[in-house]
Amino acid sequence: MAPRSWTKLALSAAVGGGLMLGLAACGGPAGVGAGNTAQPAESAPLKIAMITHSGAGDTFWDIVRKGAEAAAAKDNAELLYSADPDGGRQAQLVDQAVDQKVDGIIVTLAKPEALSASVQAAVAAGIPVVSINSGEDVWEDMGVLAHFGQNETIAGEAAGTRLNELGAKKAVCVVHEQGNVGHEARCAGMASAFTGSTEQLYVNGVDMPNVASTITSKLQTSPDIDYVVTLGAPFALAAADSIADAGSGAHLATFDLSADAVSALSDDRISFIVDQQPYLQGYSALDNLWLYNTNGNVLGGGKTVLTGPQIITKDNAESVARYAANGTR
Amino acid sequence: MTRQHSIPQTAPGGDERLRTRSLPARLFLRPEIGALAAAIVLFLVFASVSPVFTTGDAQATILYGASTVGIMAVGVSLLMIGGEVDLSAGVAVISSALTAALIAYWFGSNIWVGVGLALVFSLAMGFINGWLLTKTRLSSFIVTLATFFMLAGLNLGLTRALTGGVATPSVQDAAGFELGRAIFASDIPVFGLSIKITVFYWIGLVLTATWILRRTRVGNWIFASGGGAEAARAVGVPVVKTKIGLYMGVGFCAWILAMHLLFAFKTVQSGEGIGNEFLYIIAAVVGGCLMTGGYGSAIGAAIGALIYGMALKGVVYAEWSPDWLKFFLGAMLLGATVFNIYVQRRAARGSGK
Repeated sequence: MAPRSWTKLALSAAVGGGLMLGLAACGGPAGVGAGNTAQPAESAPLKIAMITHSGAGDTFWDIVRKGAEAAAAKDNAELLYSADPDGGRQAQLVDQAVDQKVDGIIVTLAKPEALSASVQAAVAAGIPVVSINSGEDVWEDMGVLAHFGQNETIAGEAAGTRLNELGAKKAVCVVHEQGNVGHEARCAGMASAFTGSTEQLYVNGVDMPNVASTITSKLQTSPDIDYVVTLGAPFALAAADSIADAGSGAHLATFDLSADAVSALSDDRISFIVDQQPYLQGYSALDNLWLYNTNGNVLGGGKTVLTGPQIITKDNAESVARYAANGTR
Repeated sequence: MTRQHSIPQTAPGGDERLRTRSLPARLFLRPEIGALAAAIVLFLVFASVSPVFTTGDAQATILYGASTVGIMAVGVSLLMIGGEVDLSAGVAVISSALTAALIAYWFGSNIWVGVGLALVFSLAMGFINGWLLTKTRLSSFIVTLATFFMLAGLNLGLTRALTGGVATPSVQDAAGFELGRAIFASDIPVFGLSIKITVFYWIGLVLTATWILRRTRVGNWIFASGGGAEAARAVGVPVVKTKIGLYMGVGFCAWILAMHLLFAFKTVQSGEGIGNEFLYIIAAVVGGCLMTGGYGSAIGAAIGALIYGMALKGVVYAEWSPDWLKFFLGAMLLGATVFNIYVQRRAARGSGK
């Protein structure tokens, strides 16, 4: 049974990771895991804290974390992952990482006001900090070394441009987390580049039946909508059912990938996906901290390193499908 | 005050329990009548501002949105009449769906094995909630808050441990999936409209619960346990069994909704469901259930769920600015509840009480 062997693989990877740490302490060979560079770390393992604003059980952040874990395995680093969607509590997690005297901090700056004091305290304590995903406008002011993320406005514009190419007239942008700045920027970017009209629709992301039925009701109200654009892959799959329920002829596009969403590309249920490559955000950030600690390097040379947007359509879906199935794309 | 206290005093020596009330007074003393009036007002408001709102398709969509809250509100309203709350009800739905999906995935078995074991799991969770409550004599707020956190943690922890991710793999290819989809997530054509099957489960559960409350001895036990547990115990009501049974009822409703989620959306995301427990409580309270127990009805909770569904979808149909969605929702829920209480007080005064 294939699923069982995956689990065994995951378990053995976990056991292997533990063994690797043990071997490293004994001075034996380390870094033989998933690494693609031949240079294993010689020094004592680095301890890196990664603190995101993810809600519990979010598929997107799971991919970011897997990227960081892969880089940690390669770099002989120990990854301490934690997350809290509340800005104040996320800041406390940063404070705790400083107390633990970690060798580096990866942080998301979705709520910069809440985090700036803690991040600056970490920098003042001599801990290198890199930011990922959100906070493109603020990271430099906080003394953060480097930033890896997608510019949400640019990503939105990419989606809008693609809609123009497809001849869309009226699109609805489905926001699954009301008040999320990144979501608003995506919709706004899309509206600015798109020559047709854009409407916004708010749905409750933790309640799938209501996501589906709210999209259905929107399509019933405005039968001239010809594109539904969701901001997360699971919501796109729910929206596909909504379109059918409403008897609408609307097409579907989404931000962010999942294995199911990629397979929906191949049977034309989804027209295109705007991917910000979350794996790359976790991976590059951790790798940068290793480079900084071992060689003083900073990726991006003081400028934001963009990880997206990459537009995925039926034509290039095959190149990512395998990785999406592994949960790393 | 123009209202006359027109109902005559009962004759001296007459038994007040045998006194007959006028028909309007009897009607208005029903717990759900205020909510029904509020639902009608809400319907008229949206019907007047949105041309789409009154169409059959729109009503089918509203009913679907209401049914997923309403199914759980049946179990939760009975529990509240019995004097308890369940804060774990929102995540318990996801736990049940995860149980079915993970069992099917891990053992590579027929999905119906998972569906059956999920029912066992849901009933067991209800039993544990009720048993802990009666054994520890803590408030249901504390006990179910604890199980809420534990279930939320188990949902995430077990899903990651077993699948390596935070969402289950799709169960679409599992043996028995099509049958499950037909039973739990199909569309039923009614007069040319396609109505989601959850609406029929909802109606069936409301009718069953109403029958239990009004026609059976268990119904009396539920009202008595909620009205005053000590007094009820003194007259021989099995309060412990009643409360455990009520939590298992919530578990059963959670299982039905969970199976709908599983077969409608094929994968289950382990972080979902948090916060939905309040929607179920809100539906029950808007429908006339008292937070203190001993009073309420399943039909009222159904109307409460319908009000929530209408308000949520009505804002979309009316094309009001989505920025204000939550404000509208809150205002409508508050308005419906206050109106409900007002109508009931007026009716109670009018009946000469």
